[in-house]
Amino acid sequence: MQQNETLTFQKGLKDGLPICLGYISVSFAFGMMATQGGLPVWVALLISMTNLTSAGQFAGTQLILTGGLYIEIAVTTFVINIRYMLMSLSLSQKVDEAMTSLQRFVLSFGVTDEVFAVAMQQKGNINARYFSGLIAAPYAGWTLGTFLGAAATGLLPGSVRTALGIAIYGMFIAIIIPPAKKAKPIAKVILLSIVLSCIFKWAPYLNRISSGWVIIVCAVIASAYAALRYPVHEAEVQE
Amino acid sequence: MNYTRILTCIFIMAFVTYIIRMLPLAIFKKKINNRFVKSFLAYVPYSVLAAMTFPEILYSTANLYSACIGLAAALFLAYHGRGLLTVALGSAGAVFVAEQILHVIV
Repeated sequence: MQQNETLTFQKGLKDGLPICLGYISVSFAFGMMATQGGLPVWVALLISMTNLTSAGQFAGTQLILTGGLYIEIAVTTFVINIRYMLMSLSLSQKVDEAMTSLQRFVLSFGVTDEVFAVAMQQKGNINARYFSGLIAAPYAGWTLGTFLGAAATGLLPGSVRTALGIAIYGMFIAIIIPPAKKAKPIAKVILLSIVLSCIFKWAPYLNRISSGWVIIVCAVIASAYAALRYPVHEAEVQE
Repeated sequence: MNYTRILTCIFIMAFVTYIIRMLPLAIFKKKINNRFVKSFLAYVPYSVLAAMTFPEILYSTANLYSACIGLAAALFLAYHGRGLLTVALGSAGAVFVAEQILHVIV
């Protein structure tokens, strides 16, 4: 395929700017959650700068704070972020064949839901220059937002901080409810997962299993059930 | 605070996340055609987030009542398509108000 000459670094930066603005607010919430849980600002920053993923690092940080085991953190991170495999796979068909292995190693770090969505919207192949521009602004926004959120928490009174304990879950609800409204199978996956999770939380014996494993078991059962019952069409997969 | 443990945890998170992103882009040339695998992966984010949120959200505030108020606020705002930060801060705001009122009543 031919190279698209209009896809410059600047064009990538420009396309990444809206993502950047969105990330500032989300990572602000992450920074607050991390420091509110007792982590210092630099740890919150380090997590954001090395992970660059919303749900994955929220869950991982939650496990750090609640004393999760290393294996739980590894498997939970893997299960939550496994969707990136599909995105990177799609992107591997989308990027310029001239992209070197080194460029692939570096740029794959920046594959997020939103970066993937914008990248796949481009016509033709994507080159390394455009891709790095597309990642740069969101990465800066993610880092800045985390710092601001983490720094702001220390200034808040206790009554506000206990109320903020729910913020992370509010964010998760904001992610899952709108798609559930549009697609019934997604709503059913969510309901099934919730029911399973509640059983693991409240049923005798089962409630001794640590939360990291519970998330994995619930997610695998609910997703496998839905995949068998409601297989998705090509277009729906690449959300 | 055990920084060795925290740093190890962060390294594990970063390493796992990076490997997941890097391997397909660096290695795979063929597309997945298995419909079950595709469907499974498409549903994973929702089932994971649902299992993480419930029932933990009920224990995330000072008491069960304020948590229920916050949950209701989050569901309402999310259902009406508000953004992530609006829903997050909206539910926290509802919890704050509920806890102040409970504080006065009890």
